[in-house]
Amino acid sequence: MLYAILCYHDEDFVGSWSKEQDAAVIKKLRVVQDNLAKQGRLGPVARLLPTTAAATLRKEDPPLVIDGPYAETKEQLLGFYLVDCKNLDEALDVARDLGAANPGGAYEVRPVGTFMPGGLSK
Amino acid sequence: MTDTAWIDAALTSARPQAVGALLRYFRNLDTAEEAFQNASLRALKSWPQNGPPRDPAAWLIMVGRNAAIDEVRRERFKAPLPEDDQAISDLDDAEEQLAERLDGSHYRDDILRLLFICCHPELPATQQIALALRIVSGLTVKQIARAFLVSEAAMEQRITRAKARIAEANVPFETPGAVERGERLAAVAAMIYLIFNEGYSASGDTAGVRGALCEEAIRLARLLLRLFPGEPEIMGLAALLLLQHARTAARFDATGELILLEDQDRTLWNQTMITEGLALIDKAMRHQRSGPYQIQAAIAALHARAEKPEDTDWRQIDLLYGALEVVQPSPVVTLNRAVAVSKVRGAEAALEMIEPLAPRLANYFHFFGVRGAFLMQLGRNDEARVAFDRAIALANTSAEAAHIRKHLDRLMRDSALTSAKTGK
Repeated sequence: MLYAILCYHDEDFVGSWSKEQDAAVIKKLRVVQDNLAKQGRLGPVARLLPTTAAATLRKEDPPLVIDGPYAETKEQLLGFYLVDCKNLDEALDVARDLGAANPGGAYEVRPVGTFMPGGLSK
Repeated sequence: MTDTAWIDAALTSARPQAVGALLRYFRNLDTAEEAFQNASLRALKSWPQNGPPRDPAAWLIMVGRNAAIDEVRRERFKAPLPEDDQAISDLDDAEEQLAERLDGSHYRDDILRLLFICCHPELPATQQIALALRIVSGLTVKQIARAFLVSEAAMEQRITRAKARIAEANVPFETPGAVERGERLAAVAAMIYLIFNEGYSASGDTAGVRGALCEEAIRLARLLLRLFPGEPEIMGLAALLLLQHARTAARFDATGELILLEDQDRTLWNQTMITEGLALIDKAMRHQRSGPYQIQAAIAALHARAEKPEDTDWRQIDLLYGALEVVQPSPVVTLNRAVAVSKVRGAEAALEMIEPLAPRLANYFHFFGVRGAFLMQLGRNDEARVAFDRAIALANTSAEAAHIRKHLDRLMRDSALTSAKTGK
């Protein structure tokens, strides 16, 4: 079963990491990711740019565009993983491993209904 | 990440909000700063043992406030009550609201108040920057002194003076109304831009220390943008800083010499920063409320989009500088426009454009550097040499001077070659 692991964290906090701290976290996360990738269980991974770069379209009539993220909360969606896991326990294990590499914040572990791998051409 | 590195980042990120809230309680910068300092010391002891609090800022505000109240109580026993006991009665109110929800309802106003105070119109720009870096960013006096290449004592004095001036100015602690807010917002944006420029204008040998100022300015710009998410000029400011800073790794060679945009290795440009900058300018343009930061960001965006120097859309850059001349007329803007004009219409037209600027830019390094380059393109080598000599005399950094010397060397080689050919 495919699970989305949605990464929520305090953006100010992540934004206060020094370049070295950021690189150290990414390096540790890479170990967890590589391990999953070797087993063929890692799908797309994305790190999102700061919410200041976001715009939100509210589907009113007519649709309304608002600058900034959908929710004005302290912890924001900063990225996501798609992983293939047998069950929730296994998916939570992955989240635990990722969390050990990148402490603080929260992961929302959410089963995927429809998945279309798409095909980006660049 | 080690515990202390983690705590450092948490303290830095919580700082503007925590100091802002403490300032709301105590209405005194020194008291607020001290309270935050005390709370930070306790955090360093308590967090590694008990784990981080869920909301570090709320924790720091609560602990800082209580510590300062204890302090005031101790002072009360020692000294008679001050005549103006405003601060103390405020404390009592605050105590009753111990269970105040720190849910961010004050968040925006607290941080704004802090930024506005640092950018108080009575403070000269140098003091604004120093104060903001100390109070909002939490850099140590030593760090700020190093970044500005002055002694620690001098920087300490600068910050003390700034605080004294604010105390004298009797700054109202209420959040300003809409009109004033707009004006003050522009002052905060200008202050952030100045911090960035301090770092950006560093030469190769100091780029390491001072470059940190660029990162800090970007952090502050994002903070400001979160407070004003729909303000296109703040998007423009953040975009401008990101697009300029993206080129950092390509701006200096191994010996610390400045590399011009045309000669930079563009693969060294930071693509993530460029993407973020382009996204922001893209968002800003939708508002159709142009301004100087947006225009400058749009110019930086055109450079960032060009994979090779010859792909640069100079025609568009010329137009954008033309727009910038209208909203922010300055001889430096015209000088920059002339560079674009030289690419589109040639050096002759460009030279004609900058001649009238001579009296106002008589002591400006870049004026003579650019003028020399135009003259060289036109083959007027003797005049070019005079301009380059003047530029070297006016250079602000050794990297600037070294760059012009390269031009001069080329002129010498060319004229040696010519005299060899003509047998002179």
